[in-house]
Amino acid sequence: MTKKEQLAKPIQAAGTTAGAAAAGTALRAHSPEVSAARARRWGAFYYAEQVLRVMKGYGWTIVMYGVGQPVAYLFAMGVGLATLVESNGAGVFGGVSYLTFIAPALLISAAVMTAANEFTFPVMDGFKWRRVYYGPHASPLTPEQIAGGQIIAVTVRFLLQSAIYFAVVALFGASPGAWGWVSILIATLAGLSFGLPLMAYAATIQHDKGQFAMVMRFIVMPLFLFSGTFFPLDTLPLAVRWIGWISPIWHGTELGRVVSYGYEEEPWLTVVHVLFLLGLAAAGWILTKRQFAKRMAS
Amino acid sequence: MRVSELASKESRASSPSDAALPYVITAENLTKRYGDVTAVDGISFRVPAGEAFGLLGPNGAGKSTTMKMIGGVSQRTSGSLNIMGLDPEQHGPEVRAHLGVVPQQDNLDEELKVRDNLLVYGRYFGLPMSYLKPKADELLEFAQLTDKANSKVDALSGGMKRRLTIARSLINEPRILLLDEPTTGLDPQARHILWDRLFRLKEQGVTLILTTHYMDEAEQLCDRLIVVDKGRIMAEGSPASLIREYSTREVLELRFGSERNASVGAELGGIGERVETLPDRVLIYAHDGEAALEQVTARGLRPVTSLVRRSSLEDVFLRLTGRSLVD
Repeated sequence: MTKKEQLAKPIQAAGTTAGAAAAGTALRAHSPEVSAARARRWGAFYYAEQVLRVMKGYGWTIVMYGVGQPVAYLFAMGVGLATLVESNGAGVFGGVSYLTFIAPALLISAAVMTAANEFTFPVMDGFKWRRVYYGPHASPLTPEQIAGGQIIAVTVRFLLQSAIYFAVVALFGASPGAWGWVSILIATLAGLSFGLPLMAYAATIQHDKGQFAMVMRFIVMPLFLFSGTFFPLDTLPLAVRWIGWISPIWHGTELGRVVSYGYEEEPWLTVVHVLFLLGLAAAGWILTKRQFAKRMAS
Repeated sequence: MRVSELASKESRASSPSDAALPYVITAENLTKRYGDVTAVDGISFRVPAGEAFGLLGPNGAGKSTTMKMIGGVSQRTSGSLNIMGLDPEQHGPEVRAHLGVVPQQDNLDEELKVRDNLLVYGRYFGLPMSYLKPKADELLEFAQLTDKANSKVDALSGGMKRRLTIARSLINEPRILLLDEPTTGLDPQARHILWDRLFRLKEQGVTLILTTHYMDEAEQLCDRLIVVDKGRIMAEGSPASLIREYSTREVLELRFGSERNASVGAELGGIGERVETLPDRVLIYAHDGEAALEQVTARGLRPVTSLVRRSSLEDVFLRLTGRSLVD
């Protein structure tokens, strides 16, 4: 057949689809219109499904991290260090054991550290290293949904990891209040509050020159140490206390203490903690969406 | 305007029933600028359903940028674009739901198994697992990857990854398949297997849009193509008609050694229709290559090697731009 004949022929075949004829079976995909409508509605969840499938590949690591970290920290700090700390007067810790005092802080910090991993390297992987975002980008999914899907998947990880953490805390008898389990949600919120602005930043990076290691060393570590984690924030000199005020770990930890052992603080302060965490997460989400759309459309 | 003049050479495009034809892609004055750089400079073309349409040009000609705009993932600077009756900028998800896309760089999920790559991708179209599982097996068969179904992607060869990417692009049974340099970097055998698969899709009526800088690929696969250089369309037509229009039937390739090609080239005037002197060889465009060779030897010139071949798209490109396609 000549090229000309081929040219004249195929207009009729417009409706024929690729795969069905390939196998000659009755398998039929739904129409593109249905695909688009479903993707518009559920796209973020479709992408979350993909991320969770990949996470399953290192699921064992996630569980071991979830169990191992609290056991080690609670034992070392809450049992070991506590004998020293409590002998010097437990008054500063609001009348509860040192273990009970630090448990919510460790729970929140673990989520924030997970955020520091999940919202940095995988974003770089998506845009640059293995370019995993660009596969779904060619499908009906939008850049915003790809970002959203990754966030949903990481949120699932936060919930799972924090639930395991909380279970260990409870086994140590370090969450006496009836509402202690709410700290699972608080930890998840704190993880997002720290992680989403970081994700927006990660999406702007064109070349990895060790920025993420810097974030870990110069942001995450100081926040972990100076957020009222191991001692109340007001025992610190004013000059460094601001680190706690801008720290999602501090706001999350204070909330965690309220729900786990009825720590008493001004009600307005509780409202501030919630608003701070929500506000930071929302701002991070808006910036992330914008940056994903911008970078993927170029 | 040159583009419309060229388009009018196509008998189909000039017929009065133009509007009634089912064009799946219509681009008019499509332009994309990145800062000061104009990657695509006002190109216009139309693709009817079922056609294998090629964009042929060297690296940096604007082929991939054009593909990204068609694929609804890159915004145009100006001009209009219509895919299946929709503007990809306003209806991105709807347009992309119609397409299968094989990007220039494979972006498979290396952490997932071969078959899971297909399943996951199908989910992006909201396709149910009851459809996806048998469909994935079908496509693995089609891509000759059935025995690799449970391997990790990074265990595949380059050709296998390419075939998996094509299988993945077919998961939603697209009517239009975009292939950006589908065989670049593959060995000859892997390319032939891939071409065979693409032929089958064409036979099924899938519209193929492909970019390539391989002239043999364009000749093998494309019903019609545009030759693109520096973001502009240089010519448009079927491979055969382009060769007819811009080249002779045969080409005589002579090598006199890199020192002498230029000087000997000057002595070959009058033989054939045209003489093209390149650094490594001299090309004589003639209807009858053997006859031209006899004339050369009659002038007492002794080439180190001589070869008579049919004209190809490479010659068309050389004629149109004064440069060769693959540097």
